Amino acid sequence: MTETPNPVAFTAERLAKVKEVIARYPEGRQKSALLPVLHIAQEQWGWVSSEVMDYVAEILSIEPVEVYEVASFYTMYHLDPVGKHVIEYCRTGPCCLMGGEEIYDYLKQKLGIQAGQTTADGLFTIKEVECLAACGWGPVFQIREQFYMNLTRQRVDEIIEELSK
Amino acid sequence: MEEVKPQLIKITFDGIEVEVEPGTTIMQAARKIAEADESQGHLVPPAMCYYKPLPTSGGKCRACLVRVAAGSAKDPRPMPKLVPSCITQVQEGMIVENTTNPAVLDTRKSIVEFLLINHPLDCPVCDQAGECHLQDFSFEHGSVKTRYEEDRRTFDKIDIGPFVQLHMTRCILCYRCVYTADQITDKRVHGVMNRGDASEISTYIEKAIDNDFSGNVIDVCPVGALTDKTYRFKSRVWFSKPEDAHCDCDKCSGKVTLWYRGDEVIRVTARKNMWGEVNEFICNKCRFERKKTSDWVIEGPTKVKRSSVISANKYSKNLIAKPEFSLKLAATQFKPIGDEREYTTDIETVRHQSIENNDKANHRSLLTDNRN
Amino acid sequence: MATKILTEHINVPGIETFEVYRKQGGYTAVEKAIKTMSSEEVVEEAKKSGIRGRGGAGFPMGMKWGFLAKPEGVPRYLVCNADESEPGTFKDHHLMKSIPHLLIEGMIVSSYALGANKSFIYVRGELMYVIRILEKAIEEAKANGFLGKNILGSGYDLELVVQSGGGAYICGEETALLESLEGKRGNPRNKPPFPAVKGLYQSPTVVNNVESIANMPWVINHGGDAYAAIGIGRSTGTKLISASGHIQKPGVYEIELGLSVDEFLNSDEYCGGIRKGHYLKALVAGGSSVPILPAHLITKTAAGEDRLMSYESLSDGGFATGTMMGSGGFIVFDETACIVRNTWNFSRFYHHESCGQCSPCREGTGWMEKVLHRIEHGHGSLHDIDLLVDVAKKIEGNTICPLGDAAAWPIASAIRHFREEFEWHINSPKEATQPGAVFMGAVLA
Repeated sequence: MTETPNPVAFTAERLAKVKEVIARYPEGRQKSALLPVLHIAQEQWGWVSSEVMDYVAEILSIEPVEVYEVASFYTMYHLDPVGKHVIEYCRTGPCCLMGGEEIYDYLKQKLGIQAGQTTADGLFTIKEVECLAACGWGPVFQIREQFYMNLTRQRVDEIIEELSK
Repeated sequence: MEEVKPQLIKITFDGIEVEVEPGTTIMQAARKIAEADESQGHLVPPAMCYYKPLPTSGGKCRACLVRVAAGSAKDPRPMPKLVPSCITQVQEGMIVENTTNPAVLDTRKSIVEFLLINHPLDCPVCDQAGECHLQDFSFEHGSVKTRYEEDRRTFDKIDIGPFVQLHMTRCILCYRCVYTADQITDKRVHGVMNRGDASEISTYIEKAIDNDFSGNVIDVCPVGALTDKTYRFKSRVWFSKPEDAHCDCDKCSGKVTLWYRGDEVIRVTARKNMWGEVNEFICNKCRFERKKTSDWVIEGPTKVKRSSVISANKYSKNLIAKPEFSLKLAATQFKPIGDEREYTTDIETVRHQSIENNDKANHRSLLTDNRN
Repeated sequence: MATKILTEHINVPGIETFEVYRKQGGYTAVEKAIKTMSSEEVVEEAKKSGIRGRGGAGFPMGMKWGFLAKPEGVPRYLVCNADESEPGTFKDHHLMKSIPHLLIEGMIVSSYALGANKSFIYVRGELMYVIRILEKAIEEAKANGFLGKNILGSGYDLELVVQSGGGAYICGEETALLESLEGKRGNPRNKPPFPAVKGLYQSPTVVNNVESIANMPWVINHGGDAYAAIGIGRSTGTKLISASGHIQKPGVYEIELGLSVDEFLNSDEYCGGIRKGHYLKALVAGGSSVPILPAHLITKTAAGEDRLMSYESLSDGGFATGTMMGSGGFIVFDETACIVRNTWNFSRFYHHESCGQCSPCREGTGWMEKVLHRIEHGHGSLHDIDLLVDVAKKIEGNTICPLGDAAAWPIASAIRHFREEFEWHINSPKEATQPGAVFMGAVLA
């Protein structure tokens, strides 16, 4: 890394993790680390801005456009700022069979926002996602790494209350 | 060591036998037939994404799907699905059906439909019109009506650099420009963002495509998605006259086609072969900055296919030889026309009738024009 | 009691730790394979077992291993496909989070069989917590000498890497997965060349599903013949079925292939029947991509024979009256489910997940979703049904990868079996667009 102070930089701990990830792949195949490194970046900044992507490109010695292409292809990377908690709900068939649509409408009504929006206090963002491989336990939310399953209105109330603290 | 020539492979394409080198694709074998006999040009599968000068291109648009009726002499089973002819290699004894197979033609029709449902069909104001592969493709294989009723995908036009405009709404996502940037230029700054039908060619953040060979993306684009800003709305291609020319360039071969309107060079492009593919990529200096006749050594009129709109009314009749085949065909197929209708041979009457018809259609008097 | 190959110990407390897993007989397959068998012998056992790929295509795993090219001096790779994203399927998720060492053990013996020294487990990024579980299990296995350099003193080295995806169903397609693993967009590759010849980093590669690989320790311990003795005909062994929808007991069940659909659906050992007070309307037997079946074709085939949970029986009748085993995503619909709405929902999924590389899928999936959306919301016309059938037909078989087929089949089959329901939406838009409105005609008829 250069000596120039850079506003975009991984914490020492995360940078060590990034280096460890890069070392997993054969020589010259460091681009393979792109998806995991973007996850680490999102963990640190909450979303991936173009500056962050440029920084990731530099670390992996690839062109910035290679990062943009990839980050915009996969749905997990937030390319715009998001709230503190991103609630991703599964909108696919099996979850809907289990009353998902009603639960998600309730969530949207409760937070007063639509999917893709963030609450005014910046606390919650709702995103619609496709199947989360938890069909037998639907309806399902994913918030960061945590799965919330078999949702009911009451459970939604509890989750929001817990996260609002 | 004596050089051993590889044994040629014989395949049958639409009933025509052709011998090609091992490793040749079905598409190239078909082109070989047409290159030997221009009258067989219609047999060659259309290519919207495949572009021979760009290795790894192809396989995406599915316009060139053909049926392999027999995989090889060794294993003569048919292939279960239609295969992309541009990337499928021939095998000894392979039998391929293209224009002879209704399922292939039917599929091709649907590919036109798929490519057009999100295309703006703004040919009247598109610089590419007249040399657009999608226009040719839909003219040759498409339907008259669309079954698509929904909204079309639209994007804003953006300038990528001082010379190139990206009109994403017209793009058919062939990826050729991406391969060009990867393979011809030293650095790629544009690519395909997002996915599915939201995919778009973009630089993501506002960035100029700025390097010596970036202009080639214009030549490889099969549609009017990437156009030359220095040529924007200057002329319809069929009103301009192409001349081959060269110059001593330190960056590229300097072999180009100059497009004239009157005495003015309105556009410079790379020279293209009969499949619309660039022979040699040219640099931005030749393309965008050398726009005076004095910059160039003129070699003579570019050879243009007679069927192309570009050739219309440009050359004296003998410059481009008429294919011998069609003359022969005309001679053998000639039949006296048995027309029992009344008709007049009086030139003046015919002329007046013609003028009247024209008047009705055009609301203007040719008689007045003719008097001047 | 039916044989349990994968889930026998799944409920043992602490089974996610090396210690407990080892106590239950874990890692004996690694010892047996590496110490007493050649890699060819391991491949031979896989062939004998007759196990078919559990990811959806059902291709014999041993045969796939046999295709692996082995040029001198070129590394070979094993990649485990844990990008489970097919709607209705959650078996790999369940298996990996509950008993991670089973997959690790399977990866070791399978890598040994293929001569791979670096193998990857590509897990969908949403399952980050499962990735952490797997990474912990790998650490434990390494600490105990089952991974890393010179495993069990045999001279065989193996490194396992868990890779996270980024959210894309298409990466479950093996060549898209390899692209993604190389840090690129998940665009499937044109085949040939197949991964067995040119896969990851242009090297020979085998891509296998989690469940397929997890069967290998048992196959090594008991022999391929013993595995082949379980099941029915060419459907050997057991299969994890992810059961969801309107049933009493949704969840993941391990069944011996050949169990009757009726028993799986209605016995208390498995789904426990349709939820109380309701009755069966339709079934998607193998994940959202496979053709949907109407009630009368679920427990019996068109010929009136018992329908079994096997590759052959489920596909009996072809696409006219049958379906597919697929990935084992068993989605049950009772009479409250609207087939049109569900079909639109699935079509939205494929529209959203199309990579956009080839034109029939990129444009066709979006088109079909829009037409279905129109019908579902009361703006359809009768010719839209024919249009859907035709567009589906034009996509099917004409795309680079099977996602095109997967998008076309559910729509074509829903129209085939539930046409009246589509017509009702079109002819009676007012009634059909009432919240919760469901067509009852076909069920009563």
